Amino acid sequence: MADHAHKLEILRGLVKFKSNTQKIWGVLILLTIVTAIEVVLGIYKPEVLMGPFLGMKILNWIFIILTIVKAYYITWDFMHMRDETKSLRRMVVWTAVFLICYLIFILLLEGGYVFDVYKEGYVKTDF
Amino acid sequence: MDNTVVSTGTEGKTWGGGNKPLKASYGKMMMWFFIVSDALTFSGFLAAYGFSRFKFIDSWPIADEVFTHVPFFHGTYPMIYVAFMTFVLIMSSVTMVLAVDAGHKMNKAKVTFYMFLTIIGGLIFVGSQAWEWATFIKGDYGAVQTKGGNILQFVDTDGNRVALRDFAVIDDHKERVQDERKSGLWFTSEGTLPTYTVSEIYDGLEANKDVLVRTQIINDEGHKTVLSREESLRQIKENGTLVVEGANLHVNEYGSPLFADFFFFITGFHGFHVFSGVVINIIIFFNVIIGTYERRKSYEMVEKVGLYWHFVDLVWVFVFTFFYLV
Repeated sequence: MADHAHKLEILRGLVKFKSNTQKIWGVLILLTIVTAIEVVLGIYKPEVLMGPFLGMKILNWIFIILTIVKAYYITWDFMHMRDETKSLRRMVVWTAVFLICYLIFILLLEGGYVFDVYKEGYVKTDF
Repeated sequence: MDNTVVSTGTEGKTWGGGNKPLKASYGKMMMWFFIVSDALTFSGFLAAYGFSRFKFIDSWPIADEVFTHVPFFHGTYPMIYVAFMTFVLIMSSVTMVLAVDAGHKMNKAKVTFYMFLTIIGGLIFVGSQAWEWATFIKGDYGAVQTKGGNILQFVDTDGNRVALRDFAVIDDHKERVQDERKSGLWFTSEGTLPTYTVSEIYDGLEANKDVLVRTQIINDEGHKTVLSREESLRQIKENGTLVVEGANLHVNEYGSPLFADFFFFITGFHGFHVFSGVVINIIIFFNVIIGTYERRKSYEMVEKVGLYWHFVDLVWVFVFTFFYLV
């Protein structure tokens, strides 16, 4: 077990920490900032970001990207994925990411199709 | 021929056995694989939520209008309370990872302290979720459900929500009472009746000129459509069948019942994970106190439950995004 050998830099070496404890607090600050940005955007909903982009509002894409950023730091630093071997990391991350992307793609496409059937076909729920 | 133990000639080579190519213990690896499968379960739920939402993309409830309450405060504060819950969970993740770190240094006192804080954080989160559920179930403004299962809400001319209790005209000669087992056939009964009947709502709407009906349909500006005065009266008269207050698995005053179903199912499943996480953390906490891991000379068990606890946090990050933000 590579217990005491923690990799102590985040953001591709932009921020380096002296100890593991310090890195934990650093990641907490990062996660808090990201959450704060999400909440502020969620409350004020700037008009600029409400335009459509790839089937969703730009704001929603920003939320999803920020969520993945948070998920990355929770997994890499809190769950110590950064310190695991490359093979263990890939086994866990690639499997999950592939299956989840596949599932989401299929279900959202189907949901959009059903919506179109309700809207443009003969099935009506408008009563 | 000279020995009975088969020698394969591969000792010390890659496939000779005794290797740990992943440099992780069995328990830790299995926790990771459990987390992968659990992540797939949760993504199944969230993808199903996405499916239903895309299916009703023009009439889905707007989360900002649903979750607006903060305990001990009046008024509407969208997002504030779940932001607090998110922060509590992230904070308890931090204390957990500090406990793991202290475990690596074999510092029993610190592990105990940080495990304790983690448990407290988990309890605050579960409590908050219970409160969130109670508020959601109780409802706020009330609405009328149509024959087709659509929800009609009420707003004033400025677009502010109006609660049923603020305009309904109470009929003192209401004949309909709740059917209980003692009142009619002993084997028939029904649930609690809504506070108002649809005709009381209609009378109230007729008497209050500045109350309008708001439908589920989201217009181009991203707001729910508000009907004209005549159309409002017509809708309630012709289509209104049931007064809905709050939400359960069948009806939902905030909009599509599917929204409530997914809310109960996904946050419930997540809350159950947090609850089990707290129970497991408590077990490990007492194991730390009685010195089990001190004797074992390894705090790896803390690390393993830590993985689970962080996973619960990870899932919440996604639930937060897809239920409250997007």
